[in-house]
Amino acid sequence: MSNLFDLLVAGLATGAIYALVAVGFTLLWQTSQTINFAQGEFVMLPAFLMLAAMHAGAPFWLAIILGILLSMILLGLAFKMLLVDPMMRHGVLPLAIATMALAIGIKEAVKQFFSAEASPFPSIVPTGDISILGHAVSLQSIGVLVVAILAVLGLTTLLNRTSLGHQMQAAAQNPTVARIIGVPVERMILLTFLINAFLVALASLLITPIYLAKFSSGEVLGQAAFIAAIVGGFNQVRGAIAGGLLIGVLDNLAASYVSTQYRAAVPLIFLIVVILFRPQGLLGRAEERTV
Amino acid sequence: MKSTLLVGALLTAITTAGAFAQAIKLADVAELSGGGATVGTNWKNGIDLAIEEINAKGGVLGRKLEVTHADSQSNPGVARAQVQKALDAEPYVLLGPGYSGSVKVTAPLAAEAGIAQIMGGEAAELTQAGNKFLFRTSFGQQSSMPKVAKYIHDEMKAKSVAVVWVNNDFGRGGRDVVVKELDRLGSKVVADLSTEAGQADFAADVGKIKAANPDAVFVYLNEEESARILKELKRQGVTAPLMGETTLIGQKVIELAGDAANGARGHVGLTTDAPVDLIKAFREKFSKKYNYVPDHNGLKGYLAVYMVKATTEKMGKVDSKAFADTLHGLTIKASEEPGILMDVTFDANGDIDRQSFLVEVVEGKQVVKQVLPKVK
Repeated sequence: MSNLFDLLVAGLATGAIYALVAVGFTLLWQTSQTINFAQGEFVMLPAFLMLAAMHAGAPFWLAIILGILLSMILLGLAFKMLLVDPMMRHGVLPLAIATMALAIGIKEAVKQFFSAEASPFPSIVPTGDISILGHAVSLQSIGVLVVAILAVLGLTTLLNRTSLGHQMQAAAQNPTVARIIGVPVERMILLTFLINAFLVALASLLITPIYLAKFSSGEVLGQAAFIAAIVGGFNQVRGAIAGGLLIGVLDNLAASYVSTQYRAAVPLIFLIVVILFRPQGLLGRAEERTV
Repeated sequence: MKSTLLVGALLTAITTAGAFAQAIKLADVAELSGGGATVGTNWKNGIDLAIEEINAKGGVLGRKLEVTHADSQSNPGVARAQVQKALDAEPYVLLGPGYSGSVKVTAPLAAEAGIAQIMGGEAAELTQAGNKFLFRTSFGQQSSMPKVAKYIHDEMKAKSVAVVWVNNDFGRGGRDVVVKELDRLGSKVVADLSTEAGQADFAADVGKIKAANPDAVFVYLNEEESARILKELKRQGVTAPLMGETTLIGQKVIELAGDAANGARGHVGLTTDAPVDLIKAFREKFSKKYNYVPDHNGLKGYLAVYMVKATTEKMGKVDSKAFADTLHGLTIKASEEPGILMDVTFDANGDIDRQSFLVEVVEGKQVVKQVLPKVK
């Protein structure tokens, strides 16, 4: 059990990334009933935007800013206006299929215009370790964890403690009533898409030094985050966070104490168990459906 | 009547001339996307470079070479479909795939069609199934792994070894041979860890290696995962010497892993850092054309085309049915066909024999420590 601490830290760091991506799933679901199956590719793309900026001569800090801004334009604004809004009137299923097509489109475009090969990506957190309770803990893991926690805290503060956040929640919970009481619902929904785009760009910045920049890296990430969102509760931001952290830790513990050979199966088995006994997710709320 | 004969003669002449000028068609199926994109991209670029060179010098027996590339997506199922499609077009020779799992499911199709398949897979089992149409461009694991095990036992003096491998045909094949050889030599395997292709987080695996405290670690993963585990091994302070095969110390791995690759050692059948003049010249040409230093897959693709050229010229005709028979038992000398880079002999199974190298990564570069002679 001597490496339990290390496993927990590494698992929490990976889980924090899943959480950031999973939060995007829940945000879009709550405000626009959209399941974005391109969410993994949304995390992959900003890294390539930043790399492209660096290849064009921009320093890393400027590439980060450009990458985040471009992500918010492409993956927030354009995604909503060019895909979600026109498809929404056809229902949730066509929209979900459209996001699957978008995922393929983004992957192929990156492969075509950048490279099919993996590229290294600089880290915003210094490499190296620090000693905590006698354990060498990676600065990168701590950095990922801290930035992810700050981002999520910032988001929950915005949602729960500010007027803007209350308006967003009102728009998410009952758009009709929200409109009647004067909430600019459309603007709130757009804001949600922009926040999701910011979060995925942040996740991209944090995770790419570890995962490497590759056109296909969104597949694993999107799947893990989707499982995390369902496990935690698809309609609760805090559920997505808990789900992400849980899946990250569970994956590492299973690999270490159960079997490395079947580690990929463990989150799926966990997902099935959760769906069987608590379909709304661990922290999600059951939704009534009228027929 | 005269005019009819004249027209007929002209038509025959035109048709014959057309046949002479007709290109020799090769079909390539490679991992151009998915987990093996590095493998497939290098392989494809090597093929294209060789074809460009050969065609610039007049082709093979006066005919140009042409190749079609298809993407297996690093998926054996897709590879099988792509190979079937390629074979339907009746190519002279099939090139690829690079992944052993994809070769395993496509080799029966090529054999059934009677088309020789020159591939990059290294799993031991591939050439042991009696397929007379399958040829390697590099060592099979049955040739390389005994050398690796011997080095770990004799040179590293490792009494205990951790073996970490990727759970696919390639990884499993190498793991099986190396574990058996280590056991035979008396080195004990104290950790036997399977990992997944595309795995990102190796913290748990390295934790297990650390807990086993081995004298040496044998790492047998694909390139990108090799880079990730090297970083994690360094991060967790594993000091045991690292030994691998080509995929541990390749150029791409060094680029991706950075400092963490330093000190890793590996046996390589092919490396662009080999102290061989023809390989150095290849590296220069490839780097100039593609703006990066190729890994061993670039060499494999290049060699595959030169195997086609040398065998065809040996036959003196373009005959896909006789191709495999001619290549079996053939020795191609680099002095006669410089494109083959090193003297090479193909045995009755399609396995290859030539010199190989013991390499160590020193300050971000492959350094050849030993040149190992041909087995026979």
